[in-house]
This record gives sequence, structure tokens and C-alpha cells, in this order.
Amino acid sequence: MTEIFGVPTQALFGQLLIGLINGSFYALLSLGLAVIFGLLNIINFTHGAQYMLGAFVAYLLLNKLGVGYWWALLIAPIVVGAFGVLIERLMLKQLYKLDHLYGLLLTFGLALIIQGLFRNEFGSSGQPYPIAAELTGGRNLGFMFLPIYRGWVILASLVVCIGTWFVIERTKLGSYLRAATENPELVQAFGINVPRMITLTYGFGVALAAFAGVMAAPIYQVSPQMGADLIIVVFAVVVIGGMGSILGSVITGFGLGIIEGLTKVFYPEASNTVIFIIMAIVLLIRPAGLFGTQK
Amino acid sequence: MAVVRKITVAVTLALGAMAAQAQVSDGVIKIGVMSDMSSLYSDIGGPGSVAAARMAVEDFGAAKKGMKVEIVSADHQNKPDVGSGIARQWYDTDKVDAIFDVPNSGVALAINQLTREKGKAFINSGAASSDLTGKACSPNTVHWTYDTWMLANGTGSAIVKTGGDSWFFLTADYAFGHALERDTEAVVQKNGGKVLGKVRVPINTQDFSSFLLQAQSSKAKIIGLANAGGDTINSIKQASEFGIVKGGQSLAGLLVFISDVHGLGLNTAQGLIFTETFYWDLNDQTRAFAKRMAAANNGKYPTMVQAGVYAGVLHYLKAVEAAKTDDGTKVVAKMKELPTDDPLFGKGRIRADGRKIHPAYLVEVKKPSESKGPYDYYKIRTQIPADQAFRPEKDGGCSLIK
Repeated sequence: MTEIFGVPTQALFGQLLIGLINGSFYALLSLGLAVIFGLLNIINFTHGAQYMLGAFVAYLLLNKLGVGYWWALLIAPIVVGAFGVLIERLMLKQLYKLDHLYGLLLTFGLALIIQGLFRNEFGSSGQPYPIAAELTGGRNLGFMFLPIYRGWVILASLVVCIGTWFVIERTKLGSYLRAATENPELVQAFGINVPRMITLTYGFGVALAAFAGVMAAPIYQVSPQMGADLIIVVFAVVVIGGMGSILGSVITGFGLGIIEGLTKVFYPEASNTVIFIIMAIVLLIRPAGLFGTQK
Repeated sequence: MAVVRKITVAVTLALGAMAAQAQVSDGVIKIGVMSDMSSLYSDIGGPGSVAAARMAVEDFGAAKKGMKVEIVSADHQNKPDVGSGIARQWYDTDKVDAIFDVPNSGVALAINQLTREKGKAFINSGAASSDLTGKACSPNTVHWTYDTWMLANGTGSAIVKTGGDSWFFLTADYAFGHALERDTEAVVQKNGGKVLGKVRVPINTQDFSSFLLQAQSSKAKIIGLANAGGDTINSIKQASEFGIVKGGQSLAGLLVFISDVHGLGLNTAQGLIFTETFYWDLNDQTRAFAKRMAAANNGKYPTMVQAGVYAGVLHYLKAVEAAKTDDGTKVVAKMKELPTDDPLFGKGRIRADGRKIHPAYLVEVKKPSESKGPYDYYKIRTQIPADQAFRPEKDGGCSLIK
């Protein structure tokens, strides 16, 4: 068998694929963050908690109402997105005129409160959530055993990421959004309701987090700190990709998933630090991130 | 002036200490329960450990005996520096007499050292490293519930004897995982098995698939999970997703708690074999305790760590009463001198090296069809008698043993 640095190539393919799967989650989550930051200039630290909420809504739907995975994939983002709209209307709106830091503190505090409440109620071990019947099992690819669900994660994530990018960069609605960020007064003068658009954008970003949460529920435990563990990494992804750059966050998400996957083979002890090392290097060389533009 | 004041304070304290000799300092016995209150181990110890300590104080009847006992608690966040900081403040300014629980061996080893320097008492329930009664043993520490040697001896030897003779370790990358891996490896080799490989995984990892794939390609018959709490849950769940067990390899959860089984659900956890020193459904007393604990702790049944906190506090208070002091070194000496007897672990004793001795149970997780409901999870396969369950005193390298 051929080997690369002492690791059989077959095993390496497996690890690359797994990196891609993890990258899908990074991409989905950092996409939501990038949309919110790019269009609202808010650093949404509640993102991890909203991801967790998505998973919990799916869990509660299944256990209290008997509503399965596919519906949850639709309902959870709507419910959590509506909750996001509420947060934006009641709280974030008051902070737009102030420094970024206030929004960051507010969203961070909210995240701690939400996570604390859920931990009190559900404990930290997490709740099991079964994989939808249609997606159970796996396929032997020769070099590895790929659970069908993981394949589905890559596919769904790619579709959602490309779709979002397309809407924002290539459609009329997207052009309104981008214009509203550049110059809200002017866009308002054209008769477009900018505050409502901003509210809905935040809701959409939050819904993306919830969507990722439902996707994650069958793989990881549905637990109150599932988001807190992930959000720091995702922020690093956004910073590396360039704050607010949508394409950047998607590409960086997948890329870093792969790099992290490879680290797990060659030097597993560093697998939870490698992303931060890359972040430090990128910030030194390109402070605006790989795909960001200096303002 | 400052110097004069310092000297005055010191002299006053010294005089006070003399006056208070043979009695409880400042009239209050203060117990500090330190645990992981917010992260991957908080269902194992956490708020449940605090509830268990409260129940022990109640059952001891401290108020009736005229003893004033206070409980404080804190979250060490699984960081040795945070844990040491809290302990220092507790001992130096908050007049805490003894610290209980402390899951996470990294934090526990730090508190072990600090408690010895301060002459206080440390009754550990949550940490696993057998070094606490081995090369790091201390006259101020009692290790109550379980340790890595016991887990390795119980689970490891049972598995090797039933044909699981080649192993691959998935190890949590800190003091606990290293100790568990080391102790299990020794047992595997002693019984004629061999270790084909190992991978060290950072604590609190979400995705284990990459490591599981490495374990899979090692072709080892047994994948030993030298991790705990959320890490164990995630690795077992993802192993089933990747068809590891279907592919003919078996998982050995080296440290599994009832809260983990509850979190996994019987569908995923069924058939797992591991070692515990406490199960709520052993006898009438343990069942009664579990009911009370569930009522006090959001419906959750007690883990062996929480049971250990209860029993530890109970025995500690007995020793304080008998020694008529809350001086840490003297109380721990008294704890070792008195035989232990509590409703959860039965009769036992504490050895000179600080190791609490009681039976252990090799358990197997029931199939969903065998379980009558939530928390009816274990079949007891064998009971390992107290004198065989733990590492022989002379083998630990503890300096207190001559």
C-alpha cells in the first residue's frame, strides 16, 4: 500500500472526507455569521446558542409532538428565526448607533443565559436524537465506510451555502440588501423599508444556525453546550475568511475542516488548536482575512 | 506600620488557634464542593454532588448534635489554574475546612498538593487518576469512589479473558486519560493481550469520526475508550454511526457513568460492559437514596460520583465528631482509623494511602426490551470483592506506605 508520511493513502482519503463533513458545519455556521456581520455589522455571539436551540427544537418536536426529522428541518429554523427576529426588534435595534462592542456583549450575555437555562433543564450529558430512517446505514467506499447521513450533511450544506451566496450576490433582493448596508438613507429614499429588511436578514442568519443545529442533532448529542464548543472555532473561521465575506466564510469553512481533519491524523494533540494557529498567521499577513477587503 | 499590623494579626491568630484547640475553628465546619458545574462532566458530579453533600449533612443530623455545617460550591471549569485559585481563596479567606468531589484528575492533582500545603482535608470522589493514592498520595487526601486502576482491573481483565486480546486506545489527552490508558495497558499485557496503537484526543472534542477511523484501520479487536462524560457519549454514538461494532470490533468504555447511558439511550448503549462501584438499584437503601436524589436534582438518578460525595461527607463529619477538631490532617487520620459504614457503599475502610476500599461491580447495559423504564439500565455481571477491586497498597509507590 502506498503511504504518505507513514499514513496509508486510503486512510488519508477517509480523513479528507471527514474533514469535509466537519467543514460543512463550519461553513453553514460561519455563513450565518458572515451574513449577519456583513449586512448588519453585528458580531452575533448568540449564534452558537441559536444553533443549539435549533437542535433542541428538533428534539422537542420529536419527543413531545412526534414530528420527525424532515419537518424539523423546516420548522426549527422558522421557530428559532422568529425568536431571532424578536431579539433584533426588542434589543439589538437599540444598539445600532453604538460601538460594535455593545452588540457583542449583549449577544454574548444572551448566549450564556440561554445555555444556562437549558443546562438547568436538560443537564449536560445531552439527549439522543435518532437519524431519520431514510438516511440510516452507510456505504462502503472502498477506502472508508461512509454513513449516508454524513454524505447528506455535505450535500445539504453545499446547496444551502451556494443558494445563500447566489441570493445575496446575484439577485435583486440581494442587491437591495447590499445597498442598504452601504447607504441605508439612500435606499430608504427609494421607498424600501430598510429596518424591516435588516430584521429579516438577522432572522435569516439565525435560521441558518438553527438549520445547522438540526443537521447536527443526529450526529452529536443534543446538549446545551454543543454551540458553545463550536462557536469559537466558527468565529476563527469567519476571521480567517474575512469578516462579512460570504464566499470567504464558505470556502474557509470547508478548507479548515480539511486541515483540521489532517491534523487529527498527523498530530492529534493539536487538532483543537490548529485553527487558531492558522488564524494568528492569517491575521499577521492579511489582517482583513483571506477574502476580506480592507475598509 | 504594615509590619506591626501583620505581626499583631499573626499573634492574635496563634493565640486564637491555641484557645480553639481540640474544637472546631470559628464554630463552623465549612465544606466546599468543587466540581464541573457547566461542562462535559457536570451531570457526573456538578449540582448533583452539591445536593448529595446537603443530604449527607442532613442525615448526619449535624443540627441535632449542635454542629454547625455550611456548604459552599464552585465551578472549576476543568482548569487546574481556576480550581487552585478557588481552593486558595476557600482555604485562605473563606475558612473552608475540606474540599469534596473535584472530577477531572488534572484539577484534582493540583488541589491534592495545595490541600497538603495548607493542612486541610480533600475527599475526592470525581477524579479517576490512581496517582492520587500512588506517587502523589498525601496524608490530607482520601480518594473515595473509584480510580483508573480499579476500572482497568475490572473492565480490562474481564474483556481480555473473553477473547478481546488486541487493543487500540482512544485517550483523553490529560492526566486522567493518560493514567487510565497506562493502567489498562498494564492489565491487557499482564493477561496476554497486546496494544496495537493509541491516539490522544483533546478533552471536550465534538467529532470523533477521524479518530474512530484510525482505530478501525488498526484492526484491533477492542477499541478502549479512555475518556469520560460527553467525550465517551460522543465516541460511542459516532462509533455506532460508522458501523464500527457491526464491522466486528468492540468498544470498551473504560469509564462510563449512568448519566452517560441515560444520555446515549439503550439503543446505542446496549451491551456495553464497564465497572462501577455504585448502582442505585442494589438494595432498599440505595433505592431510597436514589429517589431522594432524583427529587433534589431535577429527576436525575445519582451517579457513583455523587454517591461518593454523600458517603464521603458523612464519614468526614463522623471523623470530625470523633476527633473533636476540624484540623484537616487530624480529621483525615481519624477517617482512616474509623471503619466506614454508610447506606450506599456498605462497610469498608480507608487505607493508609488514602484509598477507600469497597466492592466494585462489573455491569452490562440492558437491551431496551429488558429495561422497565428510565434508569433501569444495568445487569450486574460480577461483584469484585473489596480486597481485589483496588490496587494493592504496596504497588502504588505511595510514600506513606513503609
